[in-house]
Amino acid sequence: MLGKLNMDEFAMGSSNETSYYGPVINPWKAEGSNLERVPGGSSGGSAAAVAAHLCAGATATDTGGSIRQPAAFTGTVGIKPTYGRCSRWGVVAFASSLDQAGPLARDVRDAAILLKSMASVDDKDTTSVDLPVPDYEAAIGQSVKGMKIGIPKEYRVEGMPEDIEKLWQQGIAWLKDSGAEIVDISLPHTKYALPAYYIVAPAEASSNLARYDGVKYGLRVPGKDIADMYEKTRAEGFGHEVQRRIMIGTYVLSAGYYDAYYLKAQKVRTLIKRDFENVFAQGIDTILTPATPSAAFGIADQELANDPVKMYLNDIFTVTVNMAGLPGISVPAGLDANGLPLGLQLIGKPFDEETLFRTASVIERAAGRFTPEKWW
Amino acid sequence: MSVDTATVKRVAKLARIAVDDEAADRMTGELNAILGFVEMLGEVDVAGVEPMTSVMPMEMKKRHDNVTDGDKADDIVANAPETERNFFLVPKVVE
Repeated sequence: MLGKLNMDEFAMGSSNETSYYGPVINPWKAEGSNLERVPGGSSGGSAAAVAAHLCAGATATDTGGSIRQPAAFTGTVGIKPTYGRCSRWGVVAFASSLDQAGPLARDVRDAAILLKSMASVDDKDTTSVDLPVPDYEAAIGQSVKGMKIGIPKEYRVEGMPEDIEKLWQQGIAWLKDSGAEIVDISLPHTKYALPAYYIVAPAEASSNLARYDGVKYGLRVPGKDIADMYEKTRAEGFGHEVQRRIMIGTYVLSAGYYDAYYLKAQKVRTLIKRDFENVFAQGIDTILTPATPSAAFGIADQELANDPVKMYLNDIFTVTVNMAGLPGISVPAGLDANGLPLGLQLIGKPFDEETLFRTASVIERAAGRFTPEKWW
Repeated sequence: MSVDTATVKRVAKLARIAVDDEAADRMTGELNAILGFVEMLGEVDVAGVEPMTSVMPMEMKKRHDNVTDGDKADDIVANAPETERNFFLVPKVVE
């Protein structure tokens, strides 16, 4: 182990700006600009370190896009495996029904090698599955000929930059040229994934983070009685974003609101998963989408800082995958007009990470590799 | 649905987070922005849909009730600020 890397506080963030230690700076800069950009989040430290060649690979976690969005922002490869594929022992729990660990690496082969070591059953995580771990590396270089690639129309969102649409079309062309069959599909509940996520994830977080009360570990701020000690400790110890999510979670779980918010979101989650099951039942092998709705943005972007929902929209293409428990990989596919990296995402069937590695390596071979120019 | 400052203060009490008036004001705006966003779920017809409880069908594993960590209580409490007979000492939580 070389060291520990920075990340958003309690993995809650899409830009690394919620970190107690300050933001990570993306090694990528736009052409002719000195603006420091975010590496994405929450595993932004892992992605930046890999992109900057500080290490060959890094571990990360993904609850709503925290591996794949930083991978896209830094020109690295990141895979969120199927829920249950990797043990989460040692990871601080955020939203237990969504959290999954995975690797970030500079190319698809390295990601495959890392995942083979990370995937396992573990007595210390009851959600880890007892399934054989395939040789993921062997999938690289295999043909995608005859494979059915689904293109979901709902991932074409309003206001999406032209560069992203162009990249997506380019990815479709590469896979078609490699002999895959491109199929237009529909995942009708896509747009409800993000609002449902912002009920389910904060609800689980408010419960998981109850343990940070000043009694058991970490910070303890003295108070006049036990309740006062709890309240002062948690007000001082948690940052704004974490407090905001605990508050949302507490509200949606509170008496009178549980059915309207939490239960409703859990039902919508069933529908989101069913959308994917339907297209896989039609014979689709993997789904190709953009990884993010934009390239890396500037640190301390005022528009994003003032509107939490706008920041949350970063995860619009990745969050569906967590809601359905599926595997998803982000692979660098090109640069935008400003020279910043962009990624494509492939979504697979449960425990079919091999197909993701196989298809991602075809995209990688066509797109080439992307390395930031050293300025640090 | 939207929340007012009094509701925010009540929720903060439930969440055990101390908020002053300024924080409560700020949070009211932020929470209303998020609640406004999730309102979109109202459009979805969920009649007859089961709520999801487990994203992957899996059998709940149960561990055996054995000492498996080496029976080394002294090592485990070694870093604790205060201990007594292999117990962690914490502030009194039951009044």
